[in-house]
Amino acid sequence: MNKARQNPFNTAAMHGALILYTLIALFPVFVILINSFKTRRAIFREPLAFPNTDSFSLIGYETVMNQGDFFLYFQNSMIVTVASLFFILLFGAMAAYALSEYQFKGNLLMGLYLALGIMIPIRIGTVAILEMMVATGLVNTLWALILVYTAQGLPLAVFILSEFMRQVSDDLKNAGRIDGLSEYTIFFRLVLPLVRPAMATVAVFNMIPIWNDLWFPLILAPAEETKTLTLGSQVFIGQFVTDWNAVLSALSMAILPVLILYVIFSRQLIRGITSGAVK
Amino acid sequence: MTALTLTNVNKSFGNVHVLKDISLEVDEGEFVVFVGPSGCGKSTLLRVIAGLEDASSGEINIGGQQVNLVPPSKRGIAMVFQSYALYPHLSVRGNMTLALKQEKQPKAVIEERVANASRMLNLEDYLDRYPSELSGGQRQRVAIGRAIVREPKLFLFDEPLSNLDAALRMNTRIEIANLHRALDASMIYVTHDQTEAMTLADKIVVLRDGRVEQIGSPMELYNNPANQFVAGFLGSPSMNFLPEGLLGEGQYTIGIRPEDLFLSDDGPLSAHVSHVEKLGGDTNVIAKIHGHAVTARLFGQHSISEGQELRFAYAEDKAYRFDTDGQRLR
Repeated sequence: MNKARQNPFNTAAMHGALILYTLIALFPVFVILINSFKTRRAIFREPLAFPNTDSFSLIGYETVMNQGDFFLYFQNSMIVTVASLFFILLFGAMAAYALSEYQFKGNLLMGLYLALGIMIPIRIGTVAILEMMVATGLVNTLWALILVYTAQGLPLAVFILSEFMRQVSDDLKNAGRIDGLSEYTIFFRLVLPLVRPAMATVAVFNMIPIWNDLWFPLILAPAEETKTLTLGSQVFIGQFVTDWNAVLSALSMAILPVLILYVIFSRQLIRGITSGAVK
Repeated sequence: MTALTLTNVNKSFGNVHVLKDISLEVDEGEFVVFVGPSGCGKSTLLRVIAGLEDASSGEINIGGQQVNLVPPSKRGIAMVFQSYALYPHLSVRGNMTLALKQEKQPKAVIEERVANASRMLNLEDYLDRYPSELSGGQRQRVAIGRAIVREPKLFLFDEPLSNLDAALRMNTRIEIANLHRALDASMIYVTHDQTEAMTLADKIVVLRDGRVEQIGSPMELYNNPANQFVAGFLGSPSMNFLPEGLLGEGQYTIGIRPEDLFLSDDGPLSAHVSHVEKLGGDTNVIAKIHGHAVTARLFGQHSISEGQELRFAYAEDKAYRFDTDGQRLR
């Protein structure tokens, strides 16, 4: 083991820095969580205090449950996020495989074209997208959001995944070809499992912005039955009066599913059975 | 019958001409080794035979059938890769049976072939393990087992031993030789290691810069090399080349194998010893003749030390003469 890691001072400093960072990162979440369980007056009087018997209140959660169809919003957000991630990973991986595995005319240009989207924010095209959605009758459907988010996520996915796929051993793919596997089987059964850590990275990168996005739901799907969680929570924020209890409760509940998805994907980051295939 | 015939095979990647007009025959049951320095095109040639690369021109026949347009899986070949290339998500049994399942072989046949192959390779205890749980040597045996179960017309080995350590390499080399004897199958084996080539081959194909330099049995090539490259490539330590004029003999290079030099007080070559390797059975003397380094391999143990002056002699019929292009003069 290297010497720097054994030195107790270095170890302490390293842990200290990481703990500090964790505290800073978690502080806003912590404040949201404790305040969501307090009365409105307690939130403003002592924002950093824990809820006690006096200040404890579930009024925020009650408001959220009673007003608006919170579970529908929740479900909409979930459908949009999961479906978008699925399409980003599927199409992104397929495009990346084609770019990295097959030699064809314009391979490099195609790669650059697909990566161009990283540099151009998709929101610039909002008006055009809205016109397109109106023309195709997709306004106020979840499909409008799924399609836009898939388009938004693909460039980075193709870029990252094609780099990783170049590293997958050619011998392994060739062994599959000699054993009579089709190109699709080689892709799904041999290559995808080996780039799973990269897929998880892409999923995590894309998941949070999609879940938190307010822009496109507001523009493309503001109808009651297609509202996402972020958009749905906006009803509690008014120009003059904001129902802080409800906002904080809604936010607390919105954290949970992202947390669960994150845990699922981050487990994939650990390389397990993939080692030992090729030397 | 011939297991493989190549007729004027060429392969180019863009402007780079990698394989130049290669013609060659492999007989049924023959063990053929492609050998050459790295970058000579031997692996590319193997991949062309396997169908992983298309030949730019020329004809490839496997078992009497032209296979230029046949996909790899239907060519009746099996390949063992340098990096093993085992399927990480499948057990040893799964790795060995995958190709047979793709061919839709009946279950009983699959069972029997896997049982035979695993007995032959001592893999019976590992059938349910995953590649990540095996050692390097075991992984290589699984890769070989995966080839055996297919009962191919032609085995292709792509430097299968280069990832193994020295001791294991020797054992596996003997195992492969035994396997060839037991299966009586045609095999093509690519290596850059001339020891592997000499010990395993029925026939060696020496390649350089995408061209066949010479084809023949190991001893033919050793005793009768066609040119300076083949003479220098086979044999360890490699042949000594004394440049033209050094012995006052005229316009050619003389090649003498290290074991053909012997000590003689009135020998024609006076040498200054620069290094001695005592191996017990042999003694390798590295000496300078007119500033030109040569190696002499003396049998047994000798008390020679650095700085000593020696005289060497050689038998005239053991000296090879090469012209300025490296071609052998006879």
